[in-house]
Amino acid sequence: MARYLLRSALRACINGGVALSVAALFAHGAQAQDAPADRVEHGRYLAIASDCVACHTAPGGKPFAGGLDLNTPFGTITASNITSDRATGIGSWTLQQFDAAVRHGKGPNGHLYPAMPYTAYARMTDADLADLWAYIRTVPAVSQKVVENKLPFPYNIRAALIVWNALFFDSTPFKPDSAKSDAVNRGAYLVEALAHCGICHTPKNAFGSDSGATYQGTSLQGWHAPDLTNNDHTGLGKWSAEDIVTYLRSGTNRYTASSGPMTEVIVNSTQHLTDADLQAIAAYFKALPARHVEAPQPLPATNAQVEAGRREFVVQCSACHTSSGQGVANMIPSLQANPAINAKSPDSLLNILLAGTTGPATTANPTGAAMPGFAWKLQDDQIANVLTYIRNSQGNAAPAVSTTDVAKARKALGAQPVVWH
Amino acid sequence: MNYKRPKADVVIIGLGWSGSTMAEELTRAGLNVVAIERGAWRDTTTSFPTTRDPDELSGSVRKDILQAPVTETYTVRNKADQTALPLRRYHNLTLGNNVGGAGTHWAGASWRWQSFDHQPYTRVMERYGAKQLVDGLILQDWGVTYDDLEPFYDRFEKIAGTSGTAGVINGVKQPGGNPFEGSRTSPYPTPALERTRANLLFSEAATRLGYHPFPVPSAMIGAPYTNALGLNLAPCTYCGYCQLYGCGNWSKSSPNICILPVLMQRPNFTVVTESEVIRINTTPDKKMATGVTFVDSNGDIGEQPADIVITATFTLDNTRLLLLSGISTPYDFASGQGVVGRAFTFQTLSWGFMFFENEYLNPFMNTGALATQIDDFNGDNFDHTGLGFIGGAGIQSLCNQGLPIGMAGLVPEGSPQWGKGWKQAFQKGYQNYAQIQGQGTNFAHREQFLDLDPTYKDRFGQPLLRITFDYNENDRRSGRFVRDKCVEIAREMGAKQVWGDSFPDQPYSGYRPWDSSHVQGGVVMGEDPKTSVQNRYQQNWDIPNLFVIGASSFPNNAGYNPTVAVGATTLWTAKAIREMYLKNPGPLVRV
Repeated sequence: MARYLLRSALRACINGGVALSVAALFAHGAQAQDAPADRVEHGRYLAIASDCVACHTAPGGKPFAGGLDLNTPFGTITASNITSDRATGIGSWTLQQFDAAVRHGKGPNGHLYPAMPYTAYARMTDADLADLWAYIRTVPAVSQKVVENKLPFPYNIRAALIVWNALFFDSTPFKPDSAKSDAVNRGAYLVEALAHCGICHTPKNAFGSDSGATYQGTSLQGWHAPDLTNNDHTGLGKWSAEDIVTYLRSGTNRYTASSGPMTEVIVNSTQHLTDADLQAIAAYFKALPARHVEAPQPLPATNAQVEAGRREFVVQCSACHTSSGQGVANMIPSLQANPAINAKSPDSLLNILLAGTTGPATTANPTGAAMPGFAWKLQDDQIANVLTYIRNSQGNAAPAVSTTDVAKARKALGAQPVVWH
Repeated sequence: MNYKRPKADVVIIGLGWSGSTMAEELTRAGLNVVAIERGAWRDTTTSFPTTRDPDELSGSVRKDILQAPVTETYTVRNKADQTALPLRRYHNLTLGNNVGGAGTHWAGASWRWQSFDHQPYTRVMERYGAKQLVDGLILQDWGVTYDDLEPFYDRFEKIAGTSGTAGVINGVKQPGGNPFEGSRTSPYPTPALERTRANLLFSEAATRLGYHPFPVPSAMIGAPYTNALGLNLAPCTYCGYCQLYGCGNWSKSSPNICILPVLMQRPNFTVVTESEVIRINTTPDKKMATGVTFVDSNGDIGEQPADIVITATFTLDNTRLLLLSGISTPYDFASGQGVVGRAFTFQTLSWGFMFFENEYLNPFMNTGALATQIDDFNGDNFDHTGLGFIGGAGIQSLCNQGLPIGMAGLVPEGSPQWGKGWKQAFQKGYQNYAQIQGQGTNFAHREQFLDLDPTYKDRFGQPLLRITFDYNENDRRSGRFVRDKCVEIAREMGAKQVWGDSFPDQPYSGYRPWDSSHVQGGVVMGEDPKTSVQNRYQQNWDIPNLFVIGASSFPNNAGYNPTVAVGATTLWTAKAIREMYLKNPGPLVRV
């Protein structure tokens, strides 16, 4: 039923932008407490696809009770309590208030910071918003007061966001492109309106808004969210649609295993999506135009860093990633011609090598093989060398990593110093 | 403080191979399962990170991963008229002390037992008659045959990812495998490991002598593998740190790698760690088990009520728990009556040791179960007429050691004992030492048994288990026979110095280096309640909701390591619980 509603809503849009009237929606909202089970269930699916729980749940905390600190370039924003608690959550809200927050970035205390991806959710359909609200109202109340805004001056002035929104906020609802297949349109809606992939994967301008380099990859919070465009060197060019589906469903595929925040996205969100929706997301990315990325010349094997790094690779890496760097499918990432390794920014590589990474444990692949951190074991120059080697061998080509890069990353991550001298 | 946990459908005592295999089967069937494990949580990546080089001093010498004798131990005597004394130092039984049990630190030899091993009584009577048995020997069938167990052997191998070369598939002999093995329905999940130089020398010599060498099936995985539960394993790197170590490389099948990641995701599974079960509780009439009592890490006493109680602890502790709980009739040595503690067996080890002159055997490249074996003298694969014994041994070139401390004492005879001369001899000896192990059978005997010690108690004030064991005449005869075969092959391999040993020529000791760690029996399965504690489904004859699983169920010991047989019998019992017991709770066999 939920899927029928969704499809009919989509079709309504496709057939000439017949939108449900806001009034009709609000009538639904008033009855949300008693919303039909299938609407609530569909709302739950939308909440998963939109990965609300990722930000609105603190580590080890109750679901949706807020408290997670998001470290933005402008300061710390703490995610709010969106359980049905009337005093500390959003239990007293109406659908109008929910809509204002989710799709328009306006909370009861004024404008929301775009850490809340209302810039993406703005594209959500009215029907989906109503279902999401129907579900959110069923989330058990948790009393937990959250101080949301810990930003320093001047970013703590919410009114400034009026200007930001005027400049950067595009509130146009999602419009399917009749020239594209249903799957690509569905994928576009999932990616752009719900899953908000661009929040991490699209570079931001100086004001924290999307630049024009959509999905070209960018660094945030110590990780590099990789390039998702169609190019072989740094992007998803070599991945088939099935590789994308397998990755989003299991956290692994024949080339790689997820790491960092993407593992949370997969575990909390994408592994629960229907096969049709995962296929749609894959179709969407594969339908993006091909992009040419000029691969640099790899550093020669005689380069001092590459030479030293090769020895580190043999001693430290080859047991798991295998001597050829091929890794183990669905478990240990291949290092061969790996676009994530070719990213200009070595942020993720530094993060993984220093701090280790806990592998994805999903229903489809519960293994959860992880990589241990090397911060305690390898000096900055050893890490710089081995990364420079990996980035310039086995079919990869990317700028060298310097000892200074490693030292900076070690400091930023709070990683421990080496235990020997 | 005493407390009671909410009732579970099933409580499993011990979360090693058998406990976790059973837990996976029963949670998948929808039952609410609580496992109680005396050891702490262990996780492949965080407990055994590949960034940390394995440390022989803490692993092999200080035995960090084992349960320390100071925590819990056994008393031992050779004969019933002696006073048993506790094993106060680390001994030959290597008890696990963590989630995963001994399955975390095991060496990894992964055998299906042969048809003979499951029905020794029938086979010996058919071929030789009772005259073949030495006085006092106890021989009985399991009530379950190799053919019954084949699907479960197959399933367990597909959970473990066992590496090997099949010898017989659907009755057809396969090149390179063990021609004596029971017929398999499918090949090994992953290919056999690469052979060492010593393995190759053994293979060539054995072939020249007319024997049939094959790679020992192993828990060290020969290729990347996704197991029956969807978990991934990575190929072995031959690092040599298997026995007494956890594998952080996802290369050695263990409960931690092959089962627990799936189990921990199931909401109907709970594991209570660092808590030791001290008693199985029963109704006053002892007709039903009601749950278990345990001591947790705070020293508080907890109770876990359950509809089904499954005991999956170490072999000896399965027997002890039944004795401590007053369940079923204890074996009485004087009268020969009673069943709990009866039919206890060990193994009969024989060796051929050798030094070559100018080899480079590179023993640092090894695994816990990197071995090439012949089964020509195992089980009943040869005619025993006139030999005066039954059984035999798997005879193998075992390359499971190359660690520097462990190898330090191995210098050719006549070498200097210190200084520069010793160093040179050690360097040369390290590359030239090899061994052939005869891992031999031991059959139950009237004078081998387990009971509660009258004197020594554990930290909870409960009596320790007492082992009464010495080799019997059958072992002395088979041991010498196998030793001579080991020496024969060692000579054929071209070694310069060769010497042999047959352990039954000395009285049994728990401290003997190179000895087996495999003990079986005490709570055996069988066809007759007078000679077994449980029926063919490992269900207690007296208490239908009590199942004791593991090698304690085996009434005899084979010339093989027991783990895969434990896995297969566990899966066999799990199926009986799922498909028979749950539909109609009560005895699954009536006599």
